[in-house]
Amino acid sequence: MTPSNPAVPPTATVEPTWAPRYAEQVGAIAQAEILKIRRDPVELITRAAQPILWLLVFGQVLGRVKGISTGDESYLAFFAPGVLAQSVLFSAIFYGIAVIWERDLGIIHKLLVSPAPRSTLVLGKAIASGLRGLVQAVIIYAVVLLAGISVSLNPLNVAGVFAAVLLGSAIFSTFSLVVACWVKTREKFMGIGQLLTMPLFFASNAIYPLTLMPGWLQAVARLNPLTYLVDACRSLMLPGLPGSQGLPLDFAVMILVLIAMVAVATKMYPNLIR
Amino acid sequence: MSSDSIFAIQTQGLTRSFGAMTALDHLDLSVERGLIFGLLGPNGAGKSTTLKMLTTLLEPTAGTARVAGFDIVRDPARVRSRIGYVPQSLSADGALTGFENLRLSAKLYGLPPAQRGDRIQEALDFMALGDSAGKLVKQYSGGMIRRLELAQAMLHRPSVLFLDEPTIGLDPVARQTVWEKLRELNRDHHTTVLITTHDMVEADHLCHSLALLHRGTVAAIGKPAELKARLGPDADLNDVFTHFAGTDLREGGNYRDTQQSRRAANRHS
Repeated sequence: MTPSNPAVPPTATVEPTWAPRYAEQVGAIAQAEILKIRRDPVELITRAAQPILWLLVFGQVLGRVKGISTGDESYLAFFAPGVLAQSVLFSAIFYGIAVIWERDLGIIHKLLVSPAPRSTLVLGKAIASGLRGLVQAVIIYAVVLLAGISVSLNPLNVAGVFAAVLLGSAIFSTFSLVVACWVKTREKFMGIGQLLTMPLFFASNAIYPLTLMPGWLQAVARLNPLTYLVDACRSLMLPGLPGSQGLPLDFAVMILVLIAMVAVATKMYPNLIR
Repeated sequence: MSSDSIFAIQTQGLTRSFGAMTALDHLDLSVERGLIFGLLGPNGAGKSTTLKMLTTLLEPTAGTARVAGFDIVRDPARVRSRIGYVPQSLSADGALTGFENLRLSAKLYGLPPAQRGDRIQEALDFMALGDSAGKLVKQYSGGMIRRLELAQAMLHRPSVLFLDEPTIGLDPVARQTVWEKLRELNRDHHTTVLITTHDMVEADHLCHSLALLHRGTVAAIGKPAELKARLGPDADLNDVFTHFAGTDLREGGNYRDTQQSRRAANRHS
């Protein structure tokens, strides 16, 4: 992590000021997570298989259903951002398992006894999860291009999609951390994880537009952070498609949800070891 | 701040309940600076609960304690930056190298970047891990993992070091090495060391002073020799333990505790 003010390098006698130290603690947690992913990328790659199936099998068939109106875009182009958001959700939502594993070992005990603010422990993991999401985004872009699905490749739009994926992945992994702090055992966590993913996925605009839903489901979908992730990715990948909620709203909601999630997870983190 | 106090740890009426169960009942315990102090007691006597509260992982239900000059309830952050902690279970990350584990600790403890390299090297040398710093910790032996965890806990030069059953699951040679390192740390860095242990040889050989917890209170306290002398000329610490805690058939510890200590005992590869 680079200190915000490189003109005043911290020395042995002068302790670093608060902000660079905080950034460094967040960075240290994220760095450790990234090293682990790099050494064992199998999980990351196998996770990419699932979205490919959704897109090329499920999407192919659903694309023949004429009831889903996707404007001038093909259904596959409409569905691609949904699959991206879904793969972010499905991998981030099980992030808590790793934390329960670390808790069972004793790693979490040691982290909690360190003077690093607890929010740095939460944020570090969220950022690492966000970077995992980016790898998935790259894989899905590659599949989309190979399948000849037309999406915007404008660098600004791609950067926007990456930013949304980073945020979304951080949100769902931190949510997963909150669940882990609450249930504390792997068995319960797996059950709850399974229970949560499908409703989050189906009560969103990932597979079909909101306008196709009955009123009550639309209301639920508007409370679902996944809807904002899908909407952001979709309006950036298909700039011509009408019906977006608008990027400012999407990003504002995601940033607020992330702040709330990090605050709750920070508060609950010590519960993990009680 | 009472950093000139002769006590590294001083608890006042320290109490913790879990629902209807009182795990620790008005504990008053003072540990002088510079000692290696052992906390003994049967499973469920309150050792782990005490350790969790002293390391700020758990808030007391009543009472408080001063550790390294600061109050654990009012000033947990200051306490945390002045103590080191080695949990019973595996706390070094097996998927990282020894060096990476140390670097993580150095950053979390806020060591200035200019000091980090030297401190890490010093800790590696002290624990005789220099040659293995670049290896993944999952390839380490049980004794090496323990020494790495000690190295991580000493990086920031804590004034009090807490260890939960430091030699559980280690072979006799590795156990001796850990004892030597703890003695050196205590002597050369003036670190106060508090350990919990079920190992009476460890209590006798390593600790300057002992407290035997039973049912959440101190059943006996003193130097190992004093405790033994109380029971007669030929008594050993096992006799002391049995005398103060062994007549009780109520067994403590739950499934999770047992799972944790079995796992810890199995960890040497």
